[in-house]
Amino acid sequence: MPADKRAEAWTEIVLRVLKANEVRLVAYVPDNVLAPLISMLHADPYFTVICPAREEEAVAIVSGAYLGGLRGIVLMQTSGFATITNALASLVCPFQIPLLMMISERGTLGDFQLLQAIVCRTMRPVLETLGIEHFSIQRLDDVEFVVDRMVKQAFWTQAPAAMILSPLLTKKDNLDGISHG
Amino acid sequence: MASLMADSASRAAAKIMNRSDLTRRLVAKLGAAEAVIAGIGNCNFDLWASGQRPQNFYMLGSMGLALPIALGVALAQPQRKVFALEGDGSLLMQLGALGTVAAASQRNLAIIVWDNGIYQITGGQKTLTSSGTDLVAIARGAGLANSAWASDEEHFETLVNRALAGDGPWFIAARIDGEKPAGTTERDAAKIRLQFMQGLGASAAVQKVPG
Ligand SMILES: Cc1ncc(C[n+]2csc(CCOP(=O)(O)OP(=O)(O)O)c2C)c(N)n1
Repeated sequence: MPADKRAEAWTEIVLRVLKANEVRLVAYVPDNVLAPLISMLHADPYFTVICPAREEEAVAIVSGAYLGGLRGIVLMQTSGFATITNALASLVCPFQIPLLMMISERGTLGDFQLLQAIVCRTMRPVLETLGIEHFSIQRLDDVEFVVDRMVKQAFWTQAPAAMILSPLLTKKDNLDGISHG
Repeated sequence: MASLMADSASRAAAKIMNRSDLTRRLVAKLGAAEAVIAGIGNCNFDLWASGQRPQNFYMLGSMGLALPIALGVALAQPQRKVFALEGDGSLLMQLGALGTVAAASQRNLAIIVWDNGIYQITGGQKTLTSSGTDLVAIARGAGLANSAWASDEEHFETLVNRALAGDGPWFIAARIDGEKPAGTTERDAAKIRLQFMQGLGASAAVQKVPG
């Protein structure tokens, strides 16, 4: 653990916690907010990083890897989450796969696109309907605790987990704030 | 290993075979070192009916996802040859997965598609392959150079032997008839997962949480 934890960005903390929990496989469809984390993961030989065409594929790849004994995580934005309900309901939930998801929350707290806002409103009802553990990370101080605990609980309880990256975490200090991804 | 590009049989020239028969021919060549992930419906029903190897995964409901699941298994266990079995309708739903496999250059993965030209299990409606879509041409276009139509049963076995012996990714397409599958998979998802993970020797390691 670094001496000065306050110097760490959320991206660095996430990367470190994934390593500490032996989460080696990353499958993502890009998102602007996740872009710096994605670059860091690509640059780090510890991780196998796959960029499939659809989020559904990413869910299936990480699920298959779990069956084979490799831990992984899916990175996506809210729009991507809106495309994976069938994969969660027909694969992840009934087969009891501890799928880790990190979702960049778009469409709230100052998004300029109505379409992102409407898509965003579908996320929590789906997570709740499926009984999937989820938590919105809003403060830098909380990143390590929440990510570490949610990853561990997923594997302990054999259940999926959705870590939601709130704009409060990813945008608040980012004053040129409007992004188009 | 010779490229399959030399195998130039077209879809039109390929013999119409039988899924149960070809599944049994495939399984007869496999041991504990090979994993098979079979897609929705008939595809996994025939795998089930061919004998319940612990290294078989029966994907019950997620149409199109057998191939990406197989890619995940192949990434996790690079020493193991992994076969993905899909119907044509299922593969058509997730064509991007072919490009993902090509981009990953997944050496230990072989894809087999059963092309009956229909969505058989939902009532036999025509799929795109019945009006000219050629899945081998699509696979090659996606970057899978080792892609071929099986011209008959003997050729299917030759292609499977090559996939077992050498580095892929491999793509084998077989035209099949409209016969019903030879059995029905027992639908206990948790049990299917547990048996498969035990068959792959994966359960203990991945379930132990560090720290
Ligand atoms: C996303 C989704 N759409 C539709 C269905 C309904 N459905 C289940 S099986 C199937 C047909 C599968 O066709 P194919 O893969 O060609 O296999 P076949 O039935 O011909 O053996 C369909 C359309 C589904 N399960 N999921």
